Amino acid sequence: MDGYYAFMLVATALVLMMTVPALALFYGGMSRSKSVLNMMMMSYVAAAIVGILYVAVGWSMGWSGDGTLFANPFDLFWLDGVATGDYIYVMFQMTFAIITVALISGAVESRMKFSAWVLFVPVWALVVYFPLAHMVFSCTEDSLICGRIGAQDYAGGTAVHINAGIAALVLVLLLGKRIGWPKEQMRPHNLTLTMLGAGLLWFGWYGFNVGSIVFAGEEGEAFTERFISETGRTFANTTLATFAAILGWLVIERLVHKKATSLGAASGIVAGLVAITPAAGAVDIGGAVAIGLVAGAVCAWAVSLKYKLGFDDSLDVVGVHLVGGVIGTVLIGVFSTSEGAGGVDGLLYGGGFGSLGDQTLGVLVAVVYSGVLTAVIALAIKYTIGLRLDEEDEVNGIDLAAHGESAYDLHSGSSGSGSSSGILAASTSSTAVTSRNEGVKA
Amino acid sequence: MKLVTAVIKPHKWEDVREALETFGVTGMTVSEVSGYGRQKGHTEVYRGAEYDIALVPKIRLEIVVDDADAQDVVGIIVKTAQTGRIGDGKVWVSPVETVVRVRTGDTDEAAI
Repeated sequence: MDGYYAFMLVATALVLMMTVPALALFYGGMSRSKSVLNMMMMSYVAAAIVGILYVAVGWSMGWSGDGTLFANPFDLFWLDGVATGDYIYVMFQMTFAIITVALISGAVESRMKFSAWVLFVPVWALVVYFPLAHMVFSCTEDSLICGRIGAQDYAGGTAVHINAGIAALVLVLLLGKRIGWPKEQMRPHNLTLTMLGAGLLWFGWYGFNVGSIVFAGEEGEAFTERFISETGRTFANTTLATFAAILGWLVIERLVHKKATSLGAASGIVAGLVAITPAAGAVDIGGAVAIGLVAGAVCAWAVSLKYKLGFDDSLDVVGVHLVGGVIGTVLIGVFSTSEGAGGVDGLLYGGGFGSLGDQTLGVLVAVVYSGVLTAVIALAIKYTIGLRLDEEDEVNGIDLAAHGESAYDLHSGSSGSGSSSGILAASTSSTAVTSRNEGVKA
Repeated sequence: MKLVTAVIKPHKWEDVREALETFGVTGMTVSEVSGYGRQKGHTEVYRGAEYDIALVPKIRLEIVVDDADAQDVVGIIVKTAQTGRIGDGKVWVSPVETVVRVRTGDTDEAAI
């Protein structure tokens, strides 16, 4: 039990790291240099706002008792009545709320007013995330997705990824395309940041998936045995699915576009982690590899849909999180084994179509609930303070317009201490080294 | 006097500078530029979206020399910067009417 508590402290810190800074880096690198700071700030500010709101009413809405959609928001208001010994579970769930909201930001790169985001974040968390988290994670008898439908979701395929993915789609449709998209070239400005962010997300994801273990009142030896066997399963599944998804993504890229890219590898990492999130406890390692492969390959194809359908999901939140989340959640119905955490056999293990039906219904509920309410919130903001940044500000860059900063100082040769970039700078410094050496000789 | 302007591949710039210094060229103006010729850039792929990158990075050298040295300088640049592959660049020579050294007021050949 002591060990479990220490483990939860670490897991919680890891999941917070997934938003600050991992997701911010992952998205920041893919954005353009004139909007990277805003992209990162959307995650940072979401953490601050959602974190405090979660402690105020989020925990109570999720975990204070029964409710089909959510529990009483005021039973445990501001953690009144929660023992400090249980605070770590509050903090753990809080980090999930934070990253779910932050995930949406990638879809609206460089054009959503910062004030509109700051308003959208708490309202969306309150109206969409807190209830969905209750329906999925707080598995009371009448909670909609877990209790009533009986869909399995180990760490948040529905509540986190499908939820954020469909919200991103709705928000993009109401916000519109970036000026110039898709004709103008909008290349990622720094893929090394994105590679670093993807790696840190992966590291943090062990807290996310492995930390999501739930006990059913076991004590003593039984507790220890359950803890060790289940964390071993979820850790291995998380790892293997990710490896498989990297390969799945790269193979599709190589076949279709003739190049295996670094952005493809980074995206494969995230797609695999997203897909194994709901299934981490339910499947064996063969199922994990299968889910990872499918997620990597399908998401690699899905990210091109936005060009065909004409919606500017800038950093592919829909193609990776919605699609990957649906794949992982639905495939539980195929690969789930009764030896796993859910105790249910899927189609492949002789369980019939029962689980597949439950999983699909769970997905539909999450999509409809989040999609409809996100539209209501976004429309309300659109017709009050407005969602969209001023056109001139968007062209000049939201970093300057919203934050009064620019991320990089590459052109200050004539106005101070900065140096010019690239090959000439390298040449200048090598000359300086040469003359120093001569000085030593003399 | 002549102005020799050369647009070359960035990785050849150090070799060209060394060769010109050995020949006796005492100074030049260098800038990082981008452009394209007949090779028309290249293609990059990001998450399945193919981008035609029209502009290729190059180094531009500008050197003012005596009339007598112009052809030698051009020859050195061409010989040193050549890789034989597409995108090696161009060198051209144009007449210069007058040159003044800012520090001393020296003009023309004395100012080079």
